[in-house]
Amino acid sequence: MKTLVLVEHDNTNMKDATLAVVTAASQLGEVHALVVGSGCASVGEQAAKVAGVATVHVADDAALANQLAENVAPLVASLMESHDAFLAPATTTGKNIAPRVAALLDVMQISDILSVESEDTFTRPIYAGNAIATVKSSDAKKVITVRGTAFDKAATEGGSGTIEGVTGAGESGLSSFVSEEIAKSERPELTSAKIIVSGGRALGSSEKFEEVITPLADKLGAGIGASRAAVDAGYVPNDYQVGQTGKIVAPEVYIAIGISGAIQHLAGMKDSKTIVAINKDEDAPIFQVADIGLVADLFNAVPELTEKV
Amino acid sequence: MKILVPVKRVIDYNVKPRVKSDGSGVDLANVKMSMNPFDEISVEEAIRLKEAGKAEEIIAVSVGPQKAQETLRTALAMGADRAILVMTDDEVEPLGVAKILAKIVEEEAPKLVICGKQAIDDDSNQTGQMLAALLGWGQGTFANTVDVDGDSIEVKREIDGGLQTVKLNLPAVVTTDLRLNEPRYASLPNIMKAKKKPMDEKTPADYGVDIAPRLTTTNVTEPPVRQAGEKVDDVDALVAKLKAVGAI
Repeated sequence: MKTLVLVEHDNTNMKDATLAVVTAASQLGEVHALVVGSGCASVGEQAAKVAGVATVHVADDAALANQLAENVAPLVASLMESHDAFLAPATTTGKNIAPRVAALLDVMQISDILSVESEDTFTRPIYAGNAIATVKSSDAKKVITVRGTAFDKAATEGGSGTIEGVTGAGESGLSSFVSEEIAKSERPELTSAKIIVSGGRALGSSEKFEEVITPLADKLGAGIGASRAAVDAGYVPNDYQVGQTGKIVAPEVYIAIGISGAIQHLAGMKDSKTIVAINKDEDAPIFQVADIGLVADLFNAVPELTEKV
Repeated sequence: MKILVPVKRVIDYNVKPRVKSDGSGVDLANVKMSMNPFDEISVEEAIRLKEAGKAEEIIAVSVGPQKAQETLRTALAMGADRAILVMTDDEVEPLGVAKILAKIVEEEAPKLVICGKQAIDDDSNQTGQMLAALLGWGQGTFANTVDVDGDSIEVKREIDGGLQTVKLNLPAVVTTDLRLNEPRYASLPNIMKAKKKPMDEKTPADYGVDIAPRLTTTNVTEPPVRQAGEKVDDVDALVAKLKAVGAI
């Protein structure tokens, strides 16, 4: 089987999310990668070095600079004439593009896979991860999104894929890019951070969130996450949200502070290696999944923890 | 313009789903069902566009069992004008739903379709994008803010790194994210009024599209259960524990 992996990138650097997808694809067959962007030659070179990647198709076109689904999907659909499976990371980019490709190919997508059981059978979470379904696809071509935390990352060195240029269909004329507000941060990205410090509604305000959570994260070199409640309340921006519909994370250590532990939040972090919970409500559901729990007022406990770690 | 809003009847988001012991699925017998939360946000956004004078009519549509009527009545009580129930007891996959919706779009000619970004039962996150592809329309997924201006719509999207704004020609498909709005509760008088609003009943056969499932669910299991660890008494003990597991 010949697979086509959508490379996640920002036209300069390949993102880690790609590496888990390469691993999933390698369990299906030969791995081809697809870099879609503008001025993205360096990403093509990075992708070619990933262990297991045989060929990298690079579509370098001004019309593809922002990877608008309307422009990318027809290109992928045409490449799928010579590939058997399209795999994208279950990131907002992948989730935007893959279903559009699937519909163009008249294929039912398999979303957010956790494992490859055989070339047509996969497991995937449903009901916010409260159940795991094994699904078998009868479509001749497969369109798949891959949960990054469920597969090991392929090595970024050791591959020697050949790079081939491909051309897209150009502008669809349906949509255009206006602007982007990307948070600039020195912090590790949530989906690849080793430690995450996450805050909930109990923080009470954006000032308190900053005052209590940030110093601990700084000291630990951690990424910062938040519950939906904290995002909805405006303490932090949307890209901090961990949960069923936000980011799915599985760091070495997840420190949940003032987070009660709604099932939708647990869905996004319960695969973390060690879960620490600090909450003053000893009956909070977060303690049912926490490896280490501390029942305490976070406004006292967290500054003390920051000082002592 | 007309706005089409697809809504799905799903397990209520406060209910913890239970996997059936025979592995055939999740037990939905006697479980509270509600409108998919993202679809509530879609209905709300359509109503706000109507209230702002940017839309004239809102049509709610659901593909599902007879009981999906209740979900449509909720949409009508919130403020949708009429409803279409495409009745089936079979599970219809996102691709099939998108095909039915595409046919309804042909008949109704809405300028905008607002879908929830995902349903909280199968967590697929596909229908809106698939519908946009089938119609050859632009798509504004994971919307945080929408702004309709004449023949186009600007959609601020929630993406992994922050926010992205795209401009789409109308007609277009938008899928809603959590921060788009806070859906209203239907008032009692509106719930009463909703009972008199028109609801068409159709079947998938009326639309003549192939909705045979492409995926077969062979087994559904509980995820591995995470055991609660231990509680510590104070911060010093917490630090010691963190060191013991090599976390810091």
